[in-house]
Amino acid sequence: MTTAVRKKDKPKRIREAKSARINRSIGGTVVIFLFLALASIFMLLPIVYTVVTSLKPMNEIFLYPPRFWVQNPTLSNFSTMAELAGEMWVPFERYLFNSVIVAVLGTIIYIFIASMAAYPLAKRHTKGMSIYYSFVIIAIMFRPEVTQIPLYIIMAKLGLINSYAALICPVLAGTLGVFLMRQFMETVPDEIIESARIDGAGEFRIFFRMIMPMVKPAWLTLVIFTFQSLWSTVDTTYIYNESMKTLTTVLQQISSAGIARAGAGAAVALVLMIPPVVVFIISQSSVMETMAHSGMKG
Amino acid sequence: MKKAAAAAPNRAASPLMKQKQKEAWRSRIPTMVFLAPFTILFVIFTVLPIVAAIGLSFTYFNMLETPSFVGLDNYIRMFFDDDVFLIALKNTLIFALVTGPIGYILSFLFAWLINEFGRKLRALLTLIFYMPTLAGNVYFVWTYIFSGDSYGLLNSTLIKLGIISDPIMWTTDTKYMMGVVIVVVLWMSMGAGFLAFVAGLQSMDRSLYEAAAIDGIRNRFAELWYVTLPQMAPQLLFGAVMTISTSFAVGVQSQSLTGFPSTDYATHTLVLHIMDFGSIRFEMGYASAVAVFLFAMMVIVYQVVNKALSKWST
Repeated sequence: MTTAVRKKDKPKRIREAKSARINRSIGGTVVIFLFLALASIFMLLPIVYTVVTSLKPMNEIFLYPPRFWVQNPTLSNFSTMAELAGEMWVPFERYLFNSVIVAVLGTIIYIFIASMAAYPLAKRHTKGMSIYYSFVIIAIMFRPEVTQIPLYIIMAKLGLINSYAALICPVLAGTLGVFLMRQFMETVPDEIIESARIDGAGEFRIFFRMIMPMVKPAWLTLVIFTFQSLWSTVDTTYIYNESMKTLTTVLQQISSAGIARAGAGAAVALVLMIPPVVVFIISQSSVMETMAHSGMKG
Repeated sequence: MKKAAAAAPNRAASPLMKQKQKEAWRSRIPTMVFLAPFTILFVIFTVLPIVAAIGLSFTYFNMLETPSFVGLDNYIRMFFDDDVFLIALKNTLIFALVTGPIGYILSFLFAWLINEFGRKLRALLTLIFYMPTLAGNVYFVWTYIFSGDSYGLLNSTLIKLGIISDPIMWTTDTKYMMGVVIVVVLWMSMGAGFLAFVAGLQSMDRSLYEAAAIDGIRNRFAELWYVTLPQMAPQLLFGAVMTISTSFAVGVQSQSLTGFPSTDYATHTLVLHIMDFGSIRFEMGYASAVAVFLFAMMVIVYQVVNKALSKWST
């Protein structure tokens, strides 16, 4: 099946190049570009300001009149942060290790289980499935602030306190990924699944060899959401063992402890931003490379 | 409820097809294997806590003693004995009505416009627009921009340009607070929905555009309306749900910009009300009741939006 998909890529590439010119005026494209450029400035300005602030020495942060740009850039905010992190009870590497394990392992597991659950929800048209699915959707809307105590009791009963599972399980139980995958699988035509079945393919083969490659943009996007939410988890409820804490938890404590000011806070924010941005760039550039499954339809 | 699943197209399978499908899926074992891992986690770590919280909303629970059943007292108290709740409700509705539709339309608009460009530029623009969401809690930087004294970036710029002579108390003057929070919420509104739109546009069937051009579609707006949007129905529903769940849940942004509690509760919201009673006043029963009420509002809005979307896309 995969080879069949690949073979179809070539003619499609040519078609795409041609179809890009259909119904497009150059003037309109220029106007759109200028509009997006202006909007980009608005989106980026606070981020740039964070970067600039993290490079400001203390006296410039409280300069009057305030200046946007930094005069004498310094890395002192980053070294303050590193020093504070170095003084913690547990070596810094341990926090980083915890964060990476939780984020990577959790993301991989979630992509699998969410996609698997989404397949029958998308392609098995029974009443039971649609009732189950409506629960999946509305569960997204319940605010987590009031489920913390019941969740704590469940975690304690299952003996998960102070374990990686305590950090990963709530994310694995989230319904956003199932919702996203199900919505994309919905667009896969029933006919091609049907013809694969007639050819004798089992459900697992259909799922891994046909469905998953076709909804690649969806699960690559889900990688971003899942990694981001696992990485940014600040957990002081289920984890009190210092050596099990994540980097995000510890760095947030540093920046909110009052020792650090605007500069170190910005430095912490920037350091924490790096891994999600890297994951975003890798996965998003693969999204851009995937080809639409046009040849597959009908 | 049935409509929830019927939001997407591709439903026009012939009766014969349906019959065949039933046969193919007759064996329940694969279905169960596919569903089991997620379902187990979903029931234990999502459904059970939600059911427990709904149960708590009918009790008095100070988190030390065992909860005692109080019937509908918490719900009655909300409307007849808690003025701040009513302010929070009003503000939540204003935030939802303003940031919801605008954020939704903007995230589709940007995703669609970005899609007009080549692969490299497209990737770069997607990164720029998603950056505020990716950056996590960087929105605290807006407090320096909107700072109320003349040290604030916005005030000092406006003074330098001669537009104002005295600094404006952006985050404590009730005239401006709402607007300030709305700006920041909109800045953060390119979230999950936006990326789903980008991915959805990426998997659009290109041959449909050629067919449309032959059928007489002459510009990109007509193409958007007649070809792209109907194909995007599943992603549009996903984006709508994401928008509902974020625009009704404005709170943390308001807390970090305008403080907690804000001046005259001008930017107090239901989520902040839940946090106030849940983690400061230790009245979990009442906090749960407010959360259930907020949840019910969102579900109703979702039902309306879902009906409208499915009616429109078929």
